[in-house]
Amino acid sequence: MIRLVRRPMPSRGWALATPLLAVLLTMIAGGLLFAALGKDPLVAIRTIFWDPIMGKNAFYYRSQLPVKAAPLVLIATGLALGFRAGIWNIGAEGQYIVGALCGAAVGLGFYPAEGWYIFPLMVIAGALGGFLWAMIPALLRVTFGTSEILVSLMLVYVAENLLASMALGAMKNPDGFGFPGSRNLSQYPAAANLEIWPGTGIHWGVIAALIAVICAYVVLARHLLGFQIKVTGLAPRAARFAGVDPKRLIVICLGVSGALAGLAGMFEVSGPSGIVSIDFNVGYGFTAIIVAFLGRLHPVGILLAALLMALTYIGGGIAEGQLGLPSAAILAFQGMLLFFLLALDVLTNFSIRLGSGQTRGGV
Amino acid sequence: MTEMLLAIDGLTKAYPGVVANDDVSFRVAPGEVHALLGENGAGKSTLVKMIYGLVKPDAGQMSLHGAPFAPATPHAARAGGVAMVFQHFSLFEALNVAENVALGMEDPPKLRDLAARIRQVSEDYGLPLDPSRLVGDLSAGERQRVEIVRCLLQDPKLLIMDEPTSVLTPQEVDILFETLRKLSSEGTAILYISHKLEEIRALCDGATILRRGKVVASCDPREKTARELAEMMVGAVLTPPERAGRAPGAVALEVEGLSVASPNAFGTSLKQVSFTVQAGEILGIAGVAGNGQDELLAALSGELKAPRDAVRIGGAAAGHLGPVARRRLGLVAAPEERLGHAAVPDMSLVENAVLSGWLRRGLAKGGFINWTLSRAFAEEIVENFDVRTPGTHVAARALSGGNLQKFVIGREISQQPEVIVVNQPTWGVDASAAAAIRQALLDRAAGGAAVVAISQDLDELLEISDRFAALNEGRLTAPRPAQGLTVDEIGLMMGGAHGMEVAHV
Repeated sequence: MIRLVRRPMPSRGWALATPLLAVLLTMIAGGLLFAALGKDPLVAIRTIFWDPIMGKNAFYYRSQLPVKAAPLVLIATGLALGFRAGIWNIGAEGQYIVGALCGAAVGLGFYPAEGWYIFPLMVIAGALGGFLWAMIPALLRVTFGTSEILVSLMLVYVAENLLASMALGAMKNPDGFGFPGSRNLSQYPAAANLEIWPGTGIHWGVIAALIAVICAYVVLARHLLGFQIKVTGLAPRAARFAGVDPKRLIVICLGVSGALAGLAGMFEVSGPSGIVSIDFNVGYGFTAIIVAFLGRLHPVGILLAALLMALTYIGGGIAEGQLGLPSAAILAFQGMLLFFLLALDVLTNFSIRLGSGQTRGGV
Repeated sequence: MTEMLLAIDGLTKAYPGVVANDDVSFRVAPGEVHALLGENGAGKSTLVKMIYGLVKPDAGQMSLHGAPFAPATPHAARAGGVAMVFQHFSLFEALNVAENVALGMEDPPKLRDLAARIRQVSEDYGLPLDPSRLVGDLSAGERQRVEIVRCLLQDPKLLIMDEPTSVLTPQEVDILFETLRKLSSEGTAILYISHKLEEIRALCDGATILRRGKVVASCDPREKTARELAEMMVGAVLTPPERAGRAPGAVALEVEGLSVASPNAFGTSLKQVSFTVQAGEILGIAGVAGNGQDELLAALSGELKAPRDAVRIGGAAAGHLGPVARRRLGLVAAPEERLGHAAVPDMSLVENAVLSGWLRRGLAKGGFINWTLSRAFAEEIVENFDVRTPGTHVAARALSGGNLQKFVIGREISQQPEVIVVNQPTWGVDASAAAAIRQALLDRAAGGAAVVAISQDLDELLEISDRFAALNEGRLTAPRPAQGLTVDEIGLMMGGAHGMEVAHV
C-alpha cells in the first residue's frame, strides 16, 4: 500500500523540482496525445519547444517570446499576490479588456494630436480601467460577502460584450470603410507602444513586466504588506491576531491585480495588436492563472513560467501551421501542464511511504 | 490474586525520532479505577490508542480476560468491550443528542427506541440527558455526558477516559466521579488519564506513572501525596513559582460594560463584562471551556471590536481600535490556539516573531522588515525562554506544543508590554515548561505590567493570581481577592453544576 506522510517542513527541493517534472510529464502525455492524433510525437514536441528558439525561422519567433510573455508576467504577478492571500481573482481577462479599452479610448480621443504626454496618459488610463473593473468584485466582497471568484469571472463576459460594442460602435474606425475595429494605434506615433530596440520584441509592456516582477519580489520578501499577504493565506486567524485588516487586503490585492491586468491590455492594444477588435482578447487573463501556479506564485518563477507558456503559444502556432495540429490540442497541452503541476504539488508537503498502514493488518 | 481484566506486557511503539512507548507493562483488575499519570508527551495517548485499536504496537502483547487481545481497529476494540471517551468531543453541533449517538453506532436502532435507551441509561448512571436537545445548545459538561452515555450503551468492560475533567467545574467533577464509582462497583474497569493529581488521589485505586514512554512507577495514589506523585511524574523536585509581594500601581486596563456578539454560530457572546487591572497585578479569569474565553481574548486583543469606551488601555479609549493600535498602547495578547492563531504553522520562528512583534520591537521601518533585527529578536526569545529548537529557521509546526507556547509567551512578554492578556498559557505544556511560563508572567507583573490570565486550570490561577473572577456563559463575576478562596467558592463562581442534576446513585 502507498501512503502519504506529511512532512514536518515543506520540502524546498521538491518545490523547485515539481515544475520541471510537470513539464517533463506534460511532454510525455502531450506526445501520447499527439501520437493519438496521428502526428509524430517527437516532431510535434520539437516543433513546440525547439523550433521557436533554435529552428529555421527562430530570428522571428525569438522576438515573439517577450511579446507573448509580457502580458502573462504582468497579469500573473498581480494574481499571485492575491492567490497567496487566498483572494481569487479569476477575472483578469475582463480587467485586461477594460484596461485596453480605457487606454485605447484615451489614445483614440487624442487622435490625431501629437504630444509626449499621450502615451503616459494611456498607461494611466489602462491601469485605472483594470483597477476599477476589479473594484467591482472587491467592493461587493467586502460589503456583501459575495464570492470574488464568481463575480470576477462573470465580469469577464460583461467585458467581452463591452469590447464587442466598442469595436462595432463607439471606437470603430471612421475611416475604416465600415469594417469592425478601431484605428490602428500602433500606426499612431503618439499612442504607439513600439519596440524599443528593433528586432528584440521588447516594448514598454516588457519593461513594465520586469518592473512588476522586481516590485512584487521586494514586496513579498521585505515589506510588511507582503508579509501580511503570506500570513493571511497560510493562517487567516493568525493574520487577524497580527492586526491584518482582511477587507483592506482584499481591496489591495484585487486592485493591484486588476491594475496590472489593465496595463497588460493597454500595452497589447497599443502595440502588438494595435486595434480594438471583437477578438482582441486571446485568453491571456486565464492562461496567467496557470502561469502564476506554474511559477509557484513567486515573481521570478512567474517570469520563467511565462516564458515557457509563451513558448507553447508560439510553438503551438507553428505546429498548427506546419503539422496541422488542432488549436484545441495546444490548449489541452497547456491544461495538462497545470494538472501535472498541481498533482505533483502533493510531494512538496507529503512524502510517499511504501508499506502497510498503521491501523491495518495486525492480529 | 483475582483474574486480571487487562494485562499489558512489554508494549513498544516508536515513531520516527521518538519512542512513544518503551516496554510498557501494567495490569488492570475488573472494577478497578486505574490512573495513567504522566506529563504531556510521556506516551499516555499512544498507549491508550493501542488499547483502543487506533495504533498498532511494534512489539509486546495485550490480553483481555486472559485471552490475547490485539485490536486492529476501534471497531474490534469495542467488540472486545473497550470503550473510550476522548478529550476532544466528536459531536455534530447541529444534530441532537440521539442522532449524534446513532452516528457512532455500527447498527443503530430506530431513533425513538434509541432515545428511550439513552434516557434510561443516562438516568441509571446519574447523568440525566434529554435525547432530543441540540448538541450545539449543550454545555461542555453535558456534551461529555453524551460521549459517556454513547460508551455506556455498549456495556463496556473497560472504559478509557482521556483528561475528562478539563471541561468541568468542580461540582460537575463530583457528579462525574459518582458515576465512575457506580460503574466501578458494577465491575467496569476504568482507565483514567489525567495529570490532575488531587483527582487521581480522590478517585483511583491504582496508578501507573509514565515518563518519556517508560513506566517509572506504579503505586496506590491514595497512599501518596500530590507532591510525591508530581515528582515521580516529572522526575525532578519541583519548585513552586516565587512571587514578590508588591503594591499594585495605577489602573492599566479598564473594561466597562463590554458586550460583544461572538463571531461563531455556537460561540458565547460577552455580556456586560467589567473589570479593572492595575499595574503589577495578575487577574485570573477561570471558567469552563466555551464560556466566552476566546471571545474575551479577542475583544481585549482587538480582533473583535467593541464600543470606544468599553476598553481603556492606560486610560486611553481603545474599544474601537484594532490589534496593531492596541499594541501601540501597550497591550499584548497570547491566544489559546497556538497553531494557526498565535503562530503561523508553516512560517519560521523568525517570521512568527515578526507576526506580532514588529511594531513594539521596531522590526520594520517605513513598512520594510529588517530581517537581521527580526532574526536577533527570535534568537533572543529562544535563548531567554529556553525554547528547544534546532534554530530559528524551522517552521512553527515542527516545535512541540510546550516549546511553541514558550516561544509565543516569550514573544509577547519581550515587548515591554503594559498589559498582557493570555488565554490558557500552559495548556498542553509539560510541567517544567508550565512552571517557566508562570514564572515569566509573575516576573513581568513584578516588573510593572498588568496581567489578565484566562485559564481553565484552577490550580494555576490560584498559584499566580492576585484577584480572581470567573466567566460563566459570557458573564464575568465580580473579581475577588484570590487569597483564601476555596475550591467550592470558585466552583460556584464558575456556575456550580450549571443546573445539571446531581447524580442520585
